[in-house]
Amino acid sequence: MSSFRYESQVRPPLVSGDKNYHQITEDIIRPIENRPSKLWWIGFLTAVLLLCFGVFSVTREVIYGTGQWNLNKTIGWAWDITNFVWWIGIGHAGTLISAILLLFRQQWRTGVNRAAEAMTIFAVLCAGQFPIWHMGRVWMFFFVLPYPNTRGSLWPNFNSPLLWDVFAVSTYFTVSLLFWYCGLLPDLASIRDRAKLKWRKFFYGAASFGWSGSTKHWQRHEALSLVLAGLATPLVLSVHTIVSFDFATSVVPGWHTTIFPPYFVAGAVFSGFAMVQSLLIITRKVLKLEDYITIEHIDVMNKIIVLTGSIVGIAYLTELFIAWYSMSPYENFAFMQNRVNPLSPYGWAYYIMMGCNVLSPQIFWFRKLRRNLTVTFFMSVIVNIGMWFERFVIIVTSIYREYLPSGWSTYYAPTIWEVGFYLGTFGLFFTFYFLFSKFFPVIALAEIKHILKKAGENYKEKMGAEESETPETFAHEFEHAH
Amino acid sequence: MAIKRFVVGSFDDEAVLFAAVKKVRLSGYKLYDVYTPMPIHGLDQAMGLRDTSIHTAGFLYGITGTTTALSGMSYALIYDWPLNFGGKPHFALPAWIPITFELTVLFSAVGMVLTFCYLCQMAPFVRKHHFSLRATDDQFIMVLECTDKSNVADMQTFMKSIGASDVHIQDAETGWWLGSYSKNIPSVDNAKTILA
Repeated sequence: MSSFRYESQVRPPLVSGDKNYHQITEDIIRPIENRPSKLWWIGFLTAVLLLCFGVFSVTREVIYGTGQWNLNKTIGWAWDITNFVWWIGIGHAGTLISAILLLFRQQWRTGVNRAAEAMTIFAVLCAGQFPIWHMGRVWMFFFVLPYPNTRGSLWPNFNSPLLWDVFAVSTYFTVSLLFWYCGLLPDLASIRDRAKLKWRKFFYGAASFGWSGSTKHWQRHEALSLVLAGLATPLVLSVHTIVSFDFATSVVPGWHTTIFPPYFVAGAVFSGFAMVQSLLIITRKVLKLEDYITIEHIDVMNKIIVLTGSIVGIAYLTELFIAWYSMSPYENFAFMQNRVNPLSPYGWAYYIMMGCNVLSPQIFWFRKLRRNLTVTFFMSVIVNIGMWFERFVIIVTSIYREYLPSGWSTYYAPTIWEVGFYLGTFGLFFTFYFLFSKFFPVIALAEIKHILKKAGENYKEKMGAEESETPETFAHEFEHAH
Repeated sequence: MAIKRFVVGSFDDEAVLFAAVKKVRLSGYKLYDVYTPMPIHGLDQAMGLRDTSIHTAGFLYGITGTTTALSGMSYALIYDWPLNFGGKPHFALPAWIPITFELTVLFSAVGMVLTFCYLCQMAPFVRKHHFSLRATDDQFIMVLECTDKSNVADMQTFMKSIGASDVHIQDAETGWWLGSYSKNIPSVDNAKTILA
């Protein structure tokens, strides 16, 4: 894999300050070797507490059944599937940053990819909880897996989007995990080789798989990363496409639309980047990594947020237009009565969605606001609230008043245990994220070193002088010398 | 498993390293390996390493996944238990595309990672000799292998002359062994060093 050796001088540096290779190792590994701060403990314990409440809520659900949640005959999917789609969506930014931006050779990804990938894995883990526990009889979980069984063999329906989801989400989780861990191997070896404490040598020694940094290994590692990125790119698009098929292949008004796949993928990237912003703005501050996750990184991610937010906005308007243009009375009712009408029972949810996802991100057209940390953090939370409501609107407003008025449900509100489950996944997510930020390098060490001499502030001006002869030329000459 | 003698040179700058690799190859000394803290593009070419074919392996694993998915679903829905879903054909290829795609990606990714670990001899609790602990921090470690014809002193002088900031001799195990990094490395002083 050949790189472009020279970075444009117009591009701002991606690593600020006067850095060398050793300084990078110091800066990124220091938080792992130091004792965790008081702030870390408070955050971690809060997350564990939330997780415990989640476990308690789910245990009640397993014992007493899904009746613990306020689901009823009409609204069989409510918070649970909303939460599932929301978490899966958040889990899209990591792979987008690490895979798609790798293929597009966007070097700014190096500062944020490791944390974003970790976030992806934890978000997918949280998402997976919802369909599993929503099954009710969760001990029958293995029924969804295709294996020769004593029931016939009775196979799952391979033509069903719900089964596609099982394959898509589990493949996505596995591939993201492999991609993330392969990238971690060299960095774990860096920690191992610096370690003074015995347990650290043991733990990071085992975790780094005996990585040595041999040129041949690097060559294979680069090829592996590139092919995994190539595989993960269509994969990340397929996952949310398949999630949208859960809805789009049904004949429920409000769901039965062909626009869903691109609309869901854009929404996923949108909410994922918002979550990356929320996490990284705090992480860079607490771990003192402002030189590596610079304001430039925040700026480009905000550009992606305004882009994907606008795509989502166009999708909302297209849906409305098609509902009117199709002249289908059912579609028209689902959109104009159940959603757009502010006086309908869930009209407020539609306007929260519109306000948070379409209108408010437009402030990022202004460079000053894109580069303002407080505004960015606030907006990232707003976007995720908006995206949660998007899924709530799609799911609840479509099914609470379907074809038959006799089946119309009364006002739906979740129970404390349903909310507790959702809070519990926050606990799960943040417990993992806190552990990750304490025990793993939150920035890809080797990748930052790799771009240092191209995009580091102190190297930008003296670039280009060092390589008068390219290795390719040398290899060519060497072949012909003999 | 063999213990060999090596001349180990540390370089501080990859620009010096490239020129040094070139000089080593022209000199005829046996270049054992170069250890770097990050990937250095072109170094593999400069060292004369063959291009990796791990992508070919990935392709083969991928088509294995494709055939597994298609044949598995065909077996289940056409042969083993044909079900009538709304009068649609039993061989419902368009509806099988998502699962076929997912399994292709899954097989390819898992297979490639396992192949990578196998080729690089990497696994938890696999332990190797590392010539320098700074190879994962900020130094580029070039290792020359000694043979029975080598003049070790000459090699050290040569290594200095091509820009190494630190040069020393190490007898080291070339293979891997099972063990934890928290234990001290077994002493190789008494072992017979092979100069091949």
